[in-house]
This record gives sequence, structure tokens and C-alpha cells, in this order.
Amino acid sequence: MPERNSVEIKSVSKVFGFGEYAVAAVDHVSVSIRENEFFTLLGPSGCGKTTLLRLIAGFEFPSRGEIVLAGENIAAMPPYKRPINTVFQNYALFPHMTVAENIGFGLQMLGRPKAEISARVSEMLKLVRMEHLAGRRTSQISGGQQQRVALARALAPQPKVLLLDEPLSALDYKLRKEMQIELKRLQAETGITFIFVTHDQEEALTMSDRIAVMSSGKILQIGSPHDIYDTPADRFVADFIGETNFLAAKVIAPGEGNATVELASGLTLNASAGPGLSAGDAATVVVRPEHASLSRPDAAIVLPALSGAVSNVVYFGTDTHYHVHLDGGETFIVRSQNRVMRHDPFETGDPVKVVFEPGAARVLRT
Amino acid sequence: MAERDALSLIEAERRRDIRSRWLLSTPALLIILFAALGPLFIVLVYSFLTPGDYGDVKWTFSTEGWVSVFLQRDIFDDTLTIADAHLTIFWRSIKLSLMTTVVTLIVGFPTAYFIATRSERTRELWLFLITIPFWTNLLIRTLAMLVVIRNEGLINTMLIRFGLIDQPLQMLFTDGAILAGMVYVYLPLMVLPLYASMEKLDFRLIEAGYDLYATPFRVLTRIIIPLVKPGMIAGSILVFIPSLGAYVTPSILGGGKNLMIGNLIELQFGAGRNWPLGSALSIALMLIVMVALLAYVRNAGSSGVKHG
Repeated sequence: MPERNSVEIKSVSKVFGFGEYAVAAVDHVSVSIRENEFFTLLGPSGCGKTTLLRLIAGFEFPSRGEIVLAGENIAAMPPYKRPINTVFQNYALFPHMTVAENIGFGLQMLGRPKAEISARVSEMLKLVRMEHLAGRRTSQISGGQQQRVALARALAPQPKVLLLDEPLSALDYKLRKEMQIELKRLQAETGITFIFVTHDQEEALTMSDRIAVMSSGKILQIGSPHDIYDTPADRFVADFIGETNFLAAKVIAPGEGNATVELASGLTLNASAGPGLSAGDAATVVVRPEHASLSRPDAAIVLPALSGAVSNVVYFGTDTHYHVHLDGGETFIVRSQNRVMRHDPFETGDPVKVVFEPGAARVLRT
Repeated sequence: MAERDALSLIEAERRRDIRSRWLLSTPALLIILFAALGPLFIVLVYSFLTPGDYGDVKWTFSTEGWVSVFLQRDIFDDTLTIADAHLTIFWRSIKLSLMTTVVTLIVGFPTAYFIATRSERTRELWLFLITIPFWTNLLIRTLAMLVVIRNEGLINTMLIRFGLIDQPLQMLFTDGAILAGMVYVYLPLMVLPLYASMEKLDFRLIEAGYDLYATPFRVLTRIIIPLVKPGMIAGSILVFIPSLGAYVTPSILGGGKNLMIGNLIELQFGAGRNWPLGSALSIALMLIVMVALLAYVRNAGSSGVKHG
């Protein structure tokens, strides 16, 4: 499938404030978002993801750089001229209009004929399964329903790009799960490029085609959920996405995409590595809790192993987290899936060995 | 029976509740009774009496006061004709009050919007500045206005100095002067309720409007105005009612010939020595206000917003 770019962000910066108080909320960001892609901007609050979204929507204008949509630089175009619609975090439904009037508003502003508007509104109501509530005021429907109306309102004018600003954050857990599936369905059915902003890494991993992880106004890594989770580019990404263990190490021999390092315990291992490592550097080895397992100290092991003692056992239903106090003083968490037959469980105080395949480890700059 | 005891307890509780509510509202009720309804009743009674020779009233029933609100009796043959002077004054009052309301709305709307869109800390400062005119007596503020617009005043002196005009412009003692004075005096009464409803406005709705292809003008007419309508109505009422009964501003800036209802009433109680007519005019003014309010509220209510 040929991949065409939908939105290209070229070296965009957004600076707030003046002089010494100036803060770059978005700092020289470049990213190309493909057509029909579910693209997620992920990062902690204040990382600039919402500002970047507002720049694309046109509520803010970049201090520097270009935003290109369908070959045209739209960086200075007012929002009401951009073929881009937004689903707002708080939905921002018009309280003085009915559900149907809200959905039809965009088309009405575009000056479409009445018959077309009402046909499109019905179509949208059907798409989000809200036909029975068309005449209601927006204050008379539930949060989940408001969410659907906000989606329908933004999709009704058939935008080239749909922006979603943490649209699920106000919903409770079950509804959020439902809406995640609903959003994926809508994206597949409409074929519109979705740019989704969230701080919820789980949401990002389950829904996105590609994720851009942001911090302090910069994009740290762009990749598929798989890439981001399994081969984080740096320590921040590894820490922000999922749970992970950090082990202090020293680089012995950096290679192409991998490196040999020595851990504090004296263990040497060769693992895949992020950029910017040179021999003698301090580095961090990251291992996901579910990629490691526990063994009794006397078991015969050929894999890299770290010895320590179980300091805490936390039961989560589907799995159990073992906190292991390593001999070197570091703490390592091992996640083990619970099975029906559990013989010989590890208990607090048990001496253990933490075992993982070299492929599970990744070396990153500290 | 336990059930009956419970019922009588509830009943006793309810009575005590009602009694304490009445007790608590007694001061307010007394003030309304003696300071508002009482005088109003006296005015109503006076309007049906005969004028005394040196002011005051004679206790003889007469409808003459009410008749002369709109009609005048010829001094020679007692024929009744329409009281043109009164009608002119009523019309001027209504016209000037409506214009004051419209102008304060046009000026106050962007002002309130400006304040509501400032940061929370600077908003307080702006509101404080809006209330500064209230610190000075109305009479003094009106006299200051007179100093600015009179023939030898600031504006005329400047215009002549810069050679833009040879003769001073007659601004004082015109309807325009009254209008300017009333707009100046009543503007804060428009800005404050407008601000109160704009402050509650969710500005993300404005962004949502822009996002959905509404131009700035469409955002104003389709989103902002419908949502701040309650403030526009409250502000209009607060400006229109006192404008209609304005006395100080028209008497200073309008001079002797551009009377408004307030001045006409004052004239009857003072130099005119016709208290029944003054009373009848006062009641008539009140009726005009009530009719205007009812019409306005009903009209605004039917086309306005119903917030769930």
C-alpha cells in the first residue's frame, strides 16, 4: 500500500512568553503523519503534545516552522478554514443546541444545503448509535453519549484529519475500554487520519498505528507500539511506557545496534542498544518485568542471572509482582502470570535468582 | 398511637418552621411595607385628589390629575385636547432610554468580553476600574460632563484651538448631551451583569465554533450571544429602568427645555404645585416600566436560551 503523508510538521516550534521567561512548549518538532493513520502523541502533562495538537487545529500559530496539509502550508491559516476537526477533552458541546443541531453545526457553517445536512446528521447519529437522542439537549445525556456526539460533530464535515485531545480521560474505566474499540471502528469505517493525544500509555499502545513519545516539547521516539515498547530509544521512553527495571551498567564494547556491558553485579551481557553509547560510559540496562523470571538459587541456569531475595509479593489477580532486592542493592520487579496450579510459590525473604534472556535486555544512555 | 404522635410531631415541626421563616423575614417585610408599598399607596391616593393652592392636596376626589397626564383642558372653554407637551416628554424619555440601553450594550459588550478574557488577576483590576465612577456623586459626575461639553468647555476650546471650527458647537442642552450623560452614568450597570455571564462562558465553545468552520462573526452571533443573553437582558433592564426615570442628568445636561419624565414629575411637586398630576405621572411611569419589562422579558424569553 503506498503511504501518502496527510500532515507534515516541519521543524515547528511554539514559544510562549518573552525574553528570559520564554518557554518552548513545542521545540523544533518534525513529524510526518500518514494518510488514514491512527497516530498518537503520547507524553506526560506539559510535554507539549496538546500545544502541538492546537497548532495543527489552528488555535495557536507556530513561532517557527511549517505545517503542511495536502501540499499547502497551513501554519498561518485560521482554524475555520482548515479541513481539520477536533474532539475536545471536555467535548465542548454547544449547550444551547440539541444533539442534532450540534452535529449539523459544521455543515451549516460550510453553507451546505439543508437536505444534505439533515441526511448527513442522520448518518452520523447512526454511525455513533445515537439516533434515539437526536432532539435532546446536550445537558440531558450522559458523559459517554456526549463523547459520541462530540465525535459525530467532528466527523460530520468529513475532515481530512480528526484531532482528538484526550477524549477518553473523563470516562470511567469500562466506558473508556468500550470507546477505545469504538474509536478504532470509526477510524476504520471513515478512513480519516486520526491524531490522538493522550498521557495514557496503555491507551496509546492498544489503539495506535504509530506513536510519537514527547517530553519537554520534543519528540523522543516515533514508532509502532511494538517498537516503542520493545526497543525504546532512551531511558525516558522506557520509563514512561509500561513498567520496567533499570540496572546500572558500564559500556565495555559498543556495537552496531547492540552493546556489551558489565552490570554492577559483575555480570557481562550483550544486548540491543539505543544510540549514543561509547566504551567506558555509564549506561542503563532495561528489562521489562514480564520478560524475567525467578529461579531457586540452586537451579542450574545458563542464562544471565542476578541473585537477590524476594522483598515483597504483590498479587494482581492475573499476575503477581515479585519485588527482588538484588545483592548489589538495586530492586528488580518480576511479573509472573498466575496459573491455576501453583506449586512451590516464592515468598517474602526467599533467596532467588532473577533470570532473563539477553534478548529481553536493552542498553540505553543514562 | 405511635403513628399519630409521629404525625403530630411532624406537624409541629412544620409549624415551627413556618413561624421561624416569617420571623426571619419580618425586617425585610417591614421595610417593603413602610418604605415601598406605603408611599406607593399614598402616591396612588394623591393622584385622585385635588391640588392645594400652595402645593399639597385637598381631600376632594378628582380624576383631573389622571386626565391631565395625556390631555389638557383649554383655559377658556374647558375643551380637552391631547397634551402634546406631555406626550413629547414621554416619547423623549422612552426614546432616550432605549438609545441609552442600545449604546451601553454596544459599548459594554466588548468591554465585558475584554475583561472576561483577561487573566484572573488582571480581571479584578479591570472590574475595579469599572466601579471607580461609583465613588463620585452622580451630580458631580454630571457637572463634570457639563464642563467638558459646554460652549466654552474642553471639547469646543480644543476644536477651535486646532482650527477645526470657528463657532463653538452647541452640544449642551441637547438630547445628544442627555444621551451621552446617561450612557456615561449607566454603562457600569451594563458591563457588570454582562461580565458576570461572560465570565461563566466556556471559551472552549468558541474554539469549537472556529473548529467547525464558523467565522469570527458567526461565532459571535451563533455561540457567544445566545450564551450570554441572560446577561444582556439583565444589563438592559438595569439600564433601561433608571434611564426612564432619570432626573439629574436631563436637568443638568438637557437644560430647561429638554425635559424627561423625571423632570416633569419634579416640576409638578415643585413649581407646578400640582401634586395629583405629579402622582399620576409617577404611577404612569411605573406602568410604562412594567409593560416594557413584561414585553421585553416575554420576547427575550421565547427566543432566548433555555439552559437545562
